[in-house]
Amino acid sequence: MFKVLSAERIAPKEYDLWVEAPRIARHARPGQFVVIRPDERGERIPLTIADFDAERGTIRIIFQAVGKTTTRMASFKKGDAIQDISGPLGRPSEIGKLGTVMMVGGGVGIAALFPIIRALSQAGSKVITVLGGRTSDLVIMKDECGRFSDELIITTDDGSEGVKGLVTDAMKTVAGRGGKIDQCWAIGPTIMMKFCAMTASELGLPIWVSMNPIMLDGTGMCGCCRLTVSGAIKFGCVDGPEFDGSLVNWDEFMSRLRQYKDEEKISMERYQEEVGDLSWL
Amino acid sequence: MAVSRTKTPISEQPPHERIKNFKEVCLGYTLEEGRAEASRCLQCKDAPCVPGCPVAIDIPGFILAIRDGDMPGAVKIMSRYTNLPAVCGRVCPQETQCEGVCRLGRAKNVEPVAIGKLERLVADWNYAQPTALAAEIPPVKAGRVAVIGSGPAGLTVAGDLAKLGYEVTMYEALHAPGGVLIYGIPEFRLPKFIVAKEIEAITGLGVKFEPNVVTGLTVTMQEIMRDFDACFIGVGAGAPNFQGIPGTALSGVYSASEYLTRINLMHAYEFPSYDTPVKRSRSVVVIGGGNVAMDAARSAKRLGADEVAIVYRRSLTEMPARIEEYHHAVEEGITFHWQTNPTEYTDDGSGKLRGVNCIRTELGEPDSSGRRRPVPIPGSEFFIEADTAIEAIGQGANRVLLSAFPELELNKRGYIEADPKTGATSVPGVFAGGDIVTGAATVILAMGAGKDAAAAIDEFVKSKKNK
Repeated sequence: MFKVLSAERIAPKEYDLWVEAPRIARHARPGQFVVIRPDERGERIPLTIADFDAERGTIRIIFQAVGKTTTRMASFKKGDAIQDISGPLGRPSEIGKLGTVMMVGGGVGIAALFPIIRALSQAGSKVITVLGGRTSDLVIMKDECGRFSDELIITTDDGSEGVKGLVTDAMKTVAGRGGKIDQCWAIGPTIMMKFCAMTASELGLPIWVSMNPIMLDGTGMCGCCRLTVSGAIKFGCVDGPEFDGSLVNWDEFMSRLRQYKDEEKISMERYQEEVGDLSWL
Repeated sequence: MAVSRTKTPISEQPPHERIKNFKEVCLGYTLEEGRAEASRCLQCKDAPCVPGCPVAIDIPGFILAIRDGDMPGAVKIMSRYTNLPAVCGRVCPQETQCEGVCRLGRAKNVEPVAIGKLERLVADWNYAQPTALAAEIPPVKAGRVAVIGSGPAGLTVAGDLAKLGYEVTMYEALHAPGGVLIYGIPEFRLPKFIVAKEIEAITGLGVKFEPNVVTGLTVTMQEIMRDFDACFIGVGAGAPNFQGIPGTALSGVYSASEYLTRINLMHAYEFPSYDTPVKRSRSVVVIGGGNVAMDAARSAKRLGADEVAIVYRRSLTEMPARIEEYHHAVEEGITFHWQTNPTEYTDDGSGKLRGVNCIRTELGEPDSSGRRRPVPIPGSEFFIEADTAIEAIGQGANRVLLSAFPELELNKRGYIEADPKTGATSVPGVFAGGDIVTGAATVILAMGAGKDAAAAIDEFVKSKKNK
């Protein structure tokens, strides 16, 4: 069991937990993830590690309540226990003094991006960060990302903060200024990552994306998370989660994400009947 | 008294009933039936069944105890050799081991003693007692040993070393102990409460169980080597192979590992009462001819599929599945396409599986494994409509621990190079056994490797401490 040390709602339907997990905290590196099973009858879902503190023995998980499992997790309070957390899983990001990097985040993907931004900055890279969302309140962790960024650009669909437009518009603006960009990262909703990858290809920039497929064990045992990268079958859990965005078969990946849409709906409806009002989310 | 030519009949759930549930197919002997079967044993001197068993159980000994009605005695004898009798009685390939060499069975038209079913009787009897008889453990602490992986090999090492007085910590990547016994073998062949009972007996010896530890990531091998006197790696094979034919990414195409893990470990057959789903299919094609293929096919049937077909590239004679499993599958209405290869999964237009294109094959020259290689017959293409396809074509070595521990020497196939007699690896104090050494094999072979490794670890730690 893993004790929840703090639980906070940081945006509509978005939650921020610090959890006691000393071994994971000691070994976690930016880009890695955990698999969580919230309770005895729960399913196993992958979530990226938003932060970790080896000294305190804690990890931070930020997620959006979209289905039953994440909605159930949104109800966790300080002092509650999470049944199972396994990690840190996957290959860590390639951190180093990479020159200038463009870091693009959207939705709760920003949480996964944050430790990479921090590590790249601490390793001496120049960091230009682009965070986007539909509206201002959906752009999370602005201050934290800003602290480790040489430049922070916010984009919102409705113009409620920063530049009105999409993160891909900002990518083009940054690239259009002429300075050399050595590497991009994009982490966010799949559709955002797909368009970021296309934009990066247009701009001739290399880009890492962090894939979030359906998983079971998260250790390469089942192949449920497979995706096609450059024509070959790869496992999201052990070969990733980061891949070269220009080589991912995005349409196939998105189709695989929808495999259990019907079952997810059944689960969610059942859960709603059980707990009633969910307007607090 | 004349010895019956055939095994004492054992009751099973009838096929038409059992395909509607996940309960165990074989119901086991009663004590009386067990005594009748035990009396068929010839009690051979230098009985061939004992060396026929990878863990060399004193088979005539426990059978004699059953015959004499001394069940506690039978338990005592068996517990000297095995930590998993209820499991082995159910899933060992006895027909090629103990029962295959039984002298009674060598006589013309006479079946061997049902050793497996008797083993299971002893274990089940023991677990049904208010307090199961536990092995005795010495009070002295002989040393600290880490066991990585809690499948059949790891459980055997843990149990054997605990009995020798070691403090054993067993690390498991998943949330529950048992390895393939929990995520792989279905409930109807090996009930989970039976596995739980055997594991309880092992943790009852003082073995500490730690779930959610992916060795190499959650703890490193360096930490393990610092904190323990020795360690045993028994992480299984467990990285599923895909044929890689077109359409493998379609919704409805599974590896058998995924399909069975969803059902067994995650209880997807009880969805939505449990949260993990699995596709409820109408028509299922399973590719492969091993026990895993049989398990997947029979599970699909129990989930309500109307049609379940197994597609296997060789013929019945070459099929590696246990014959008992094959018979059970046939009884349950599973159909077989022999000497057939799938060539493509077709799309229904929405990213879901519509069916499997197949081609018939004929057997050509023997390949490197000595089995005749299937060659496609031109013009024999045909289509099987299916909303689910499950590939059960074997596994490779899981790289997670191996890539985090490059000091460990591997063999050409990517498995750990280990001494076949002791499990010793290229790193002193690190032992290995089971599928991660041999490639996918059986529960009992993994247990045999575990038993040998436990003895070798004991010797290693003692000589280290005496220095």
